[in-house]
Amino acid sequence: MNKKKITQNALFLPLVCVLLVLAVNVVYDISQGNPFYDFFRITMQTSASGDKLLAGRLVTILNRGSEVAILAIGMTLVVSASAGTDISVGSVMSLCASFCCMLIAGFGVSSVDDVAIPRLILGLIGALVMGCICGAFNGTLVAYLNIQPMVATLILWSAARAIGLLLCNNLIVYVRDEAYGIFGGYIGFIPTPIIIAAICIAVVTLVLKKTAMGMYVQSVGINKKASRIAGLNSKRIIFICYLICGLCAGIAGIVASSRITSADSNNIGNNFELDAILAVALGGNSLGGGKFNLAGSVIGAYTIQAITTTMYNLGVSSAVTPVFKAIIVIVIVAIQAPPVKAWFHKLAASKSSGKEAARA
Amino acid sequence: MKPKNALKERRQINGNTLLLLITIVLFVLLYAGGCIAYGSKGFTNLQTFLNILISNAGLICVACGMTCVMLTGGIDISVGSLVALDCMLLAYGMGSWHLSAPVMCLIVLVVGVVFGLVQGFCVGYLEIQPFIVSMAGMFFARGMTAVISTDQLSITQDTNATFYGWANWRLNLPFGGVPNRKGIMIMPYIRVGVIIALLVLVVIFLILRYTKFGRSLYAVGGSEQSAAMMGLDVKKTKMKAYVLCSFLCSIGGICYCLNTQAASVSQATGLEMSAIASSVIGGTLLTGGVGNVIGSLFGVLINGTISSIVQFNGKLASSWPNILTAALLCFFIVLQSVFAFLKEKKK
Repeated sequence: MNKKKITQNALFLPLVCVLLVLAVNVVYDISQGNPFYDFFRITMQTSASGDKLLAGRLVTILNRGSEVAILAIGMTLVVSASAGTDISVGSVMSLCASFCCMLIAGFGVSSVDDVAIPRLILGLIGALVMGCICGAFNGTLVAYLNIQPMVATLILWSAARAIGLLLCNNLIVYVRDEAYGIFGGYIGFIPTPIIIAAICIAVVTLVLKKTAMGMYVQSVGINKKASRIAGLNSKRIIFICYLICGLCAGIAGIVASSRITSADSNNIGNNFELDAILAVALGGNSLGGGKFNLAGSVIGAYTIQAITTTMYNLGVSSAVTPVFKAIIVIVIVAIQAPPVKAWFHKLAASKSSGKEAARA
Repeated sequence: MKPKNALKERRQINGNTLLLLITIVLFVLLYAGGCIAYGSKGFTNLQTFLNILISNAGLICVACGMTCVMLTGGIDISVGSLVALDCMLLAYGMGSWHLSAPVMCLIVLVVGVVFGLVQGFCVGYLEIQPFIVSMAGMFFARGMTAVISTDQLSITQDTNATFYGWANWRLNLPFGGVPNRKGIMIMPYIRVGVIIALLVLVVIFLILRYTKFGRSLYAVGGSEQSAAMMGLDVKKTKMKAYVLCSFLCSIGGICYCLNTQAASVSQATGLEMSAIASSVIGGTLLTGGVGNVIGSLFGVLINGTISSIVQFNGKLASSWPNILTAALLCFFIVLQSVFAFLKEKKK
């Protein structure tokens, strides 16, 4: 009985995945002749400019996984409320980054060195507003025009990157200013993306816990019609979920572009939609909507980053990693699929009835 | 009661043919606009139109497959990556394994069918959302392309003379010639890809219209429950649709490769978008059950006209076709949604 309870816990799947990834790393370390705790070692390193910074593989994973974690927050809400996924997040990230750098550098300028603070703030706010606009566009199509979520977000998936290229005049815009680089760099000795992701997670968790928003989103996801009859404005709630998802993509876009202090329209957020959806699925959330588990998604996001880092560690090329991720997605979703679940139940039932028969 | 029902049905058909009509009118307007704006640069030549067909032969095949899947109410966004995988297989197989062109084409078609079987099984029998399945398929195929090779490969005379010969074969049309500067008549021509694509189009049109399988696609898309009650095997039909789509996609991949004679990991990115847009613009409903491949052909032609107008202009950024296609897709999706809303209101 006890065993069953553990497997039914919402965090069971994500935690098992984390443990699996850790095990692979530890085994690999030992096989390479390193101490088994090599993976977990966190050290203080002195950078070229003399600052002391946190370093270690765990820190790298937490740092690099920030964008996916931020995206996973929005994606969880979208999946829960509308039973569909927002596949435009990667492209919207790139668009927001391009818009941000375009506002800071000015149209058609390929590189700026010194940026005035108001200009910087204008760029950041611009990026967030652009994220919200994209989210609102998707939300309007899905909530008010009743278009399947993935088809609706397909439009921006294809167009956003192209619009970003247009905004940047087909250039890679560089913002070589320390103040801009801070969002992808360090505050003190802690990597900033970790802090930004933590703030986002905290804010959304608080909003969901302290207001009825979380419950509303779940109830709309479970039954849209019944929620409307119960007095909820289903359409508006779905719209807000897409808006939040767009905003998250905007934040992730700023972080990603700040890391490389430029707006590379073709490469920022490439394949991130897969990572974000994978994070939600890994987190034990059903892609069919309804109940959601934000903590699971966040753990899922960092697990994916751990998988990616591990693969780089094992020497797998970055172009090949999507193959493994795609297989993981299909396996996880297949486990959750109703016919497979029914088959498992049947298997379990026949086993237990067999035991009872043996006892009798 | 009876006449009233008949009237209703006729009205419904009118609503659907209206979408197709809008598409055809849009194509004519676009093409006429191109002729007026760039007539002096040779847009009015018959060859310009044929070039649209030549460069979009692969897309026509892919769009036919996409239409079949969308008729069942599903979608397949893995097509672009699958085309890239096909091209890479062709180029690498002929270049490094030194296999003959027909054998490689056969291998590519088999890969397409196997790919479709897996996707179709996941969608039909495991009841996973088509989008998730095909998105995983998209990343899988793109990744496998990188596994085969991350280089830019090209198919030349030395790589495989047969394939090179196919790619450069041209069929001169007996009419519509234009004299060049020296006064010699240059006859318009089409390539082998166009013939394959048009054959595929006709065959799929006939299958959808006159075979049991074609009709069951419409039935499943119209209402899964009614189709099941009628005794149709819904799961099997869905799986067949995905197999057909991936198979057509492989044919499209061969046509694409015949046109470009090259392969790279980033090839055919955004092709899935063009294929979906072509089907939707051509009047295929995203909810399934309505549409035909003739509409998809016009969708492809609109796509091609937009890119060739951008090419003739020469000053517009290369991202414009992408944005315009997305805008058109958005417009038609909203139009469909409005039509569906009006229909519901009438009831």
